[in-house]
Amino acid sequence: MAKKEYSFYPGCSSQKGASSSNYLNSVNTMCEELDITLNHIPDWNCCSASIGYAGGGELPRLALSARNIALSEEHNPGQEIVATCAACWLATRESSERLNEDNSLMAEANEALAEAGLKLKNETPIKHMVEVLIEDLGYEEIGSKVKKPLEGIKIAGYVGCQTNRPFGIAGESFENPKYLDKLVETMGADPVENYDKKVQCCGGALAFSEPDKSQNMIKGIIEAAYDGGADMIVTPCPVCQMNVEVYQDQINATHGTKFKMPVVYYSTLMSVAYGRSAKDSALDGQVIPAKQLQEIADK
Amino acid sequence: MTELNAAMVERYRSNFLKEVEANVEEGEWVKMCMQCGVCAGSCPLGNAWEHTPQKIFMMVRAGEREAVLNSDAMWMCTSCYNCIARCPRGLPITHIMHGLAHYAKRMGLAPKEQPTAKFAQLFWDNLVKKGRVNELKLGISLYFMNGFSEGIKTSLKMKDIGLGMLKTKRMSPMEMLGGHGVKDSAGFQKMLKKAQELEDKRISGSTD
Repeated sequence: MAKKEYSFYPGCSSQKGASSSNYLNSVNTMCEELDITLNHIPDWNCCSASIGYAGGGELPRLALSARNIALSEEHNPGQEIVATCAACWLATRESSERLNEDNSLMAEANEALAEAGLKLKNETPIKHMVEVLIEDLGYEEIGSKVKKPLEGIKIAGYVGCQTNRPFGIAGESFENPKYLDKLVETMGADPVENYDKKVQCCGGALAFSEPDKSQNMIKGIIEAAYDGGADMIVTPCPVCQMNVEVYQDQINATHGTKFKMPVVYYSTLMSVAYGRSAKDSALDGQVIPAKQLQEIADK
Repeated sequence: MTELNAAMVERYRSNFLKEVEANVEEGEWVKMCMQCGVCAGSCPLGNAWEHTPQKIFMMVRAGEREAVLNSDAMWMCTSCYNCIARCPRGLPITHIMHGLAHYAKRMGLAPKEQPTAKFAQLFWDNLVKKGRVNELKLGISLYFMNGFSEGIKTSLKMKDIGLGMLKTKRMSPMEMLGGHGVKDSAGFQKMLKKAQELEDKRISGSTD
């Protein structure tokens, strides 16, 4: 297979000492195995996610993504942009589409960018890493690298919101996307069939500002995974991962549940299946350890 | 009433729909709503809102300016995009709600003690400072957004989560000392300043 190369937008939460640094570590390992080169967009900035709207108006927010795309077009010309964070992907792709549809906004965005010596052509496709795996490589290719099939592990594929709506993965439905289940199967594990809360919202950023309401939703997501017999949950989104993993003790205290459900990234799952060490697979980033994956990685 | 708000009231008189169409992000879509209620039924926090998007859109058309801009509804949006995915008319509902929230804030009419309104502003202030989010500072400013004593209480409640994140290196005390940011800080700030100027010019309330 020809080596693939992308212009990479890692996003704030993936940085050293940030909440999804473990995601980036496992993505790097996964990409090594798949012979994918990620060329970081130099000096990228925050996309303002979906919660920047209080202080940030339309044009200032668009300018943030415009700067990233312009930097990518200047330094990584001809390369598609790929993001691992759902919110980064969504904000960047939405901004790109909005600017393409509206000439006056595009002109104003370029006027703002000129202040930083940049110019936006806006000709670059913007992808989520999952699209790279499923659409650019395909199940056969990503399955061919499996050295240690994850046999006997049952996994609930929690797709969440922003990797799924409004863009999603080609050929998949919004209400019941199957790609994460197929990916679990490709790694040799068993997907939870008909996982009820597959596309349920975890509260997103409102887990911070409306903890009770969000934790009610998170409770349902974990409960449904247990109901389906899951040993762990897998997700493609950093906000989903953190929200569903780290509040389990608080939910237990409030609701009298006994949750202790590991929540891993697809990239951790794949790195373990590809035969890489626990550290390379970022299993040391689990607040709730994924013991079964640890055992396979240590074998 | 803020000066801008007064100017807008004067300028649009009783035509709030026109005001929204001209000044709110994606506001030109509001009149396309056919009041089917799919958005209301699809919202994960639908039971927590004062008004569903469907109601908000009708209120905009009915000219209920204060009630719309004072509503907590827009601030309950989790950005899950269920409403966008399901709206039979293809309205970008999530974006309109964000746009209305921002406009309410700009007019000085957003609810004062709304936690998401506060947090969303903290998030923006945090990211524009250095061009990237500083999660540690954001977390601390969130805990203390309702004053010192509540801040201590929240910090204690969140202590174990913090320790878990520290232990797994998903949080770093070093972020207090500067932390991550863009290198071209000057260019970044100039760009944002210009974008803000252009945005302000568009929503100025003047009649020119």
